[in-house]
Amino acid sequence: MPAVTETLDTVAAVTEGGYKWGFSTDIEMDMAPKGLNEDIVRLISERKGEPEWLLAWRLKAFAAWLKMEEPDWAKIHHPPIDYQDLHYYAAPKKKPGPKSLDEVDPALLAMYEKLGIPLRERAILAGVEPGDVEAGEGERPPVAIDAVFDSVSVATTFRATLAKSGVIFCPISEAVHSHPELVKQYLGSVVPAGDNYFAALNSAVFSDGSFVFIPKGVRCPMELSTYFRINARNTGQFERTLIIVEDGGHVSYLEGCTAPQRDENQLHAAVVELVAMTDATIKYSTVQNWYPGDADGKGGIYNFVTKRGVCRGARSKISWTQVETGSAITWKYPSCILQGDDSVGEFYSVAVTTNRQQADTGTKMIHIGKRSKSTIVSKGISAGRSDNTYRGLVRIMKGADGARNFTQCDSLLIGDQCGAHTVPYIESRNPTAKTEHEATTSKIADDQLFYCRQRGLSQEDAVGLIVNGFCKDVLKELPMEFAVEAQKLLAVSLEGSVG
Amino acid sequence: MNAVSQTSLQAAAASFRARYEGLKERLGGDSIQRAEAADAFAHQGLPGPREEAWRYTVLRPLTEVAFHEPVVLLSDCAAGLAALPDLGMPRLVFIDGRFRADLSDAVTGAEVRTGAPAFGPSVALGEKMVALNAMLAEDGAAITVAPGVDAGAVMLVSLGSDAHGVPVSFHPRHSVVLGKGARLTLVEINAGTGVYFNNPVLVAEVAEDATLVHLRMQQEAAGAFHLSTVLAEVGARGTYDSFSLALGGRLSRVEVHATLLGEKAMAHLNAAQLLGGSQHSDFTTIVRHHAPATASRQTVKNVLTGRSKGVFQGKIEVARIAQKTDGYQMNQTLLLSGDAEIDSKPQLEIYADDVKCSHGATVGELDADQLFYLRSRGVPAEQARNLLVRAFLSEALDPIAHEGARAAMEAAIAAWWERQA
Amino acid sequence: MLEIKGLHAGIEDKEILRGIDLVVPTGEVHAIMGPNGSGKSTLSYVLSGREGYEVTGGSATFDGHELLEMEPEERAAAGVFLAFQYPVELPGVNNANFLRTALNAQRRARGDAELDAVQFLKMARAEIKRLSMADDMLKRNVNVGFSGGEKKRNEVLQMAILRPKLAILDETDSGLDIDALKIVADGVNALRGPAFSAVVITHYQRLLEHIVPDRVHVLANGRIIRSGGPELALELEAQGYAAVVAEAA
Repeated sequence: MPAVTETLDTVAAVTEGGYKWGFSTDIEMDMAPKGLNEDIVRLISERKGEPEWLLAWRLKAFAAWLKMEEPDWAKIHHPPIDYQDLHYYAAPKKKPGPKSLDEVDPALLAMYEKLGIPLRERAILAGVEPGDVEAGEGERPPVAIDAVFDSVSVATTFRATLAKSGVIFCPISEAVHSHPELVKQYLGSVVPAGDNYFAALNSAVFSDGSFVFIPKGVRCPMELSTYFRINARNTGQFERTLIIVEDGGHVSYLEGCTAPQRDENQLHAAVVELVAMTDATIKYSTVQNWYPGDADGKGGIYNFVTKRGVCRGARSKISWTQVETGSAITWKYPSCILQGDDSVGEFYSVAVTTNRQQADTGTKMIHIGKRSKSTIVSKGISAGRSDNTYRGLVRIMKGADGARNFTQCDSLLIGDQCGAHTVPYIESRNPTAKTEHEATTSKIADDQLFYCRQRGLSQEDAVGLIVNGFCKDVLKELPMEFAVEAQKLLAVSLEGSVG
Repeated sequence: MNAVSQTSLQAAAASFRARYEGLKERLGGDSIQRAEAADAFAHQGLPGPREEAWRYTVLRPLTEVAFHEPVVLLSDCAAGLAALPDLGMPRLVFIDGRFRADLSDAVTGAEVRTGAPAFGPSVALGEKMVALNAMLAEDGAAITVAPGVDAGAVMLVSLGSDAHGVPVSFHPRHSVVLGKGARLTLVEINAGTGVYFNNPVLVAEVAEDATLVHLRMQQEAAGAFHLSTVLAEVGARGTYDSFSLALGGRLSRVEVHATLLGEKAMAHLNAAQLLGGSQHSDFTTIVRHHAPATASRQTVKNVLTGRSKGVFQGKIEVARIAQKTDGYQMNQTLLLSGDAEIDSKPQLEIYADDVKCSHGATVGELDADQLFYLRSRGVPAEQARNLLVRAFLSEALDPIAHEGARAAMEAAIAAWWERQA
Repeated sequence: MLEIKGLHAGIEDKEILRGIDLVVPTGEVHAIMGPNGSGKSTLSYVLSGREGYEVTGGSATFDGHELLEMEPEERAAAGVFLAFQYPVELPGVNNANFLRTALNAQRRARGDAELDAVQFLKMARAEIKRLSMADDMLKRNVNVGFSGGEKKRNEVLQMAILRPKLAILDETDSGLDIDALKIVADGVNALRGPAFSAVVITHYQRLLEHIVPDRVHVLANGRIIRSGGPELALELEAQGYAAVVAEAA
């Protein structure tokens, strides 16, 4: 597979190590003052020109949040977060659309380049072209991209092409106006505003995110993708994504995240809601590479994310795949409520922690429908002085006759200063259901390293190869381009952790 | 619900504290340690459902009963005693938590002291049920085996009763100290009639090269509460080898903390829980690997019928120093009824890289193919099910080396099966 | 040319090699035979640079490289290949990927152009065919789920693809049936030529019927106690090690 060679090349190329996505972009910003109160919530809503019902919804969430306490059950530690010391709204200043690439803020273009977005798409994202270009001969199928810059969606590509097949892909702030009935019906239907502390916070202050609607029987003609980036200082990012796939529809959605290198911790509290109706399929892939902080644990993103999908209809399927290498703290449990009979939930996860990173991540599979099936494959890699926890719930409700769950949970420790933890919760209330859970812990064996080096691989290449092998069952679930990026990330993240 | 249950937990805790205030002058032992325990209990109270370790076992039913001090000295426990298996070993009998010399045998090979407990250094007052025990413990057996001595087997019996006319609670405090290279098999049987609350703590110190085999049969009365804790510490090359069978009680929890302190120390924490009706039973273990090359093995089987609820929580902790740890844990559950429920939480917490740790958990019903196979060979359905359940349990039962004790467990399981049918 | 002079090495405080002197001229195949515990595997690990072995004296040079001062991968790039007695499993890493990564790492180290996926597969498939191995060999994960014989064949396949200048075969014949033994031998014989040398470490004479060595050395107690032509292997087979060791002592 060429991807692995690229991994090796990347490792070789990055001689200094460190976080290569850690650039910050100097762009004029429109920012709300620091702090959080009802007025800020109103201000956000006003900036977006939101209808009254949405403001009311936000305020209700805010009131609920005020009464809640930060959850403390995860195996993470951090100094108290001062929620009044953050900006809750930051957006690049709007200017009239540029006529050509020359007029585009070069900093923005440079950012897209660093994000690895192809040139043509960079131009589209910057608003130069109308956002609708057919793929040329022999090119890879296009990917429609929504770029969320701090809290605001800056551009969405290929919208017209998608619209031809009835697919809606736009910023959620826009969907509120263009498709209010859909947003009103589904927003908060999977993750209610008061679901948990961070979801309530998000519901009160979310400023943008992606909205996807796939109508009945439509197979989305291209991959949909969102790049999230936190750029401004002292801002929290609270994006909100809502994906609805009607009967028999199909979509594959990719999400990538980066942030600049900063000394202070930044808060990211997103909510993602997925709704899959009868025979619908949603594949949601994430490569999370927020800034993880430096070797001493200074700086980095606090990533407190609520992701949940509901398989409403029979034979619907939601598949989560995540590669988590970034963030100082990751608190994230992409979940599936398997309501429909014969519905399928999947969770494939690679979580890498090094230095002082802490990850507490896993999933919840709630089996309600008959013969609903879930698969969980989690690969945790701990290095440095980090802590890496898998936390997962499998709950079989009483009516879930013939439900099945299989969980495989493997931890790899690199070095003797890190921790690897596995905390599964298995709750079964139906005798005809079957659940299986397996977990193992291992290290990279000295003889594996020696074997590779005897064949000519350097120590770091050997580690990269073995780690990628360890994660293979998850990586193969990623769409091709993401898999390549993920493999590179794994190797780069673990650089210098052995030997 | 949480708020209500929180209040009732506080009320129940207050009544235990009131009992202590009334009794403290009369309770023997180290009054300073006792007061520390009372302080800890006053501070912590009873465990509630918001605590991670107690999320699946809610003590609310315990708070619905007012428990009293067992005041009357009972003379007639003939039925309970007659029902004990004859294993040809000396027995130490406690009735409602009080030692009864007249019903007990002399033990050779080990020194046995009874009466007000000496708490020793490992009091673990952070554990709420241990703090409650230490606050109210008035009796217990302290068994000491000298270095190099094989003390054979001893039976430790607890019978609870309803002869007082009011529900009683008792909090016996036992200790087992094995010197270097010593050996002891302790067969613990908990049984009784009526409504009572048995809250025993057993502290085991297993020195280098010593072996403690701890076989436990919990057959408490249908209305009884059983919340027990074992705190075991094992030295180099020592072994704590335990099997717990839970059959009785309305609400029970057996909690075992095994700490492996010396190189190559070893712990076996096997268990079987067979539950019916609306029973709730919880087997919770914490194995701490604190030295290199230590090993732990846990095989825990649940068979649930009726509307019963089974809980397994097992945690393997591997400290940074405990390289070459070998930890294994398997929890399997058979759900034999549409109303039964299992909550299982096997857990690994690992801080050393050169270790071999794994756990597994499965939940399901009896294998339909196996059942059909047996029936097609002429085995009646009920017998076939029994056969398969016994086969399912065998992995946990077979390692019991003491044949008499194993036979007694098998018999108790057979009787349980009869009752379910 | 491999040149070992006065090599002393061991594990922790235990000395296993007590002064090995050995010269294997380019183009020659030498067999090292010896009883269990004589230091055969230690010699192969010390030459290939496995951690945990301490060299306390002497030197080993290969084509002018000071082997003992090099990292394992540098020795590999210099052309030293160790066929493991117990090949290691790499879960999730397929053979093709592993071999191409290794080959290109070596080529890069030597300043040669790397092979792209197409070139590599063409070459690898040709080798597989030549060695009469199963086509799925490249797709399978490295040694995972392989039988003992398959693992040894895989070592030979790797050797064929990596084309070393010096192959060290550490009891590659152990546990092989006669067909597998022939495949291993054919693999080595195919590489024989003026630029290839090999050290064949074996307990039995059996393998040497198929790979006829230029020289045979007897290793006992960490020293080479006798050297001779191929006929020495037959003598050992007939008389046993004890007699030869006693005679040399």
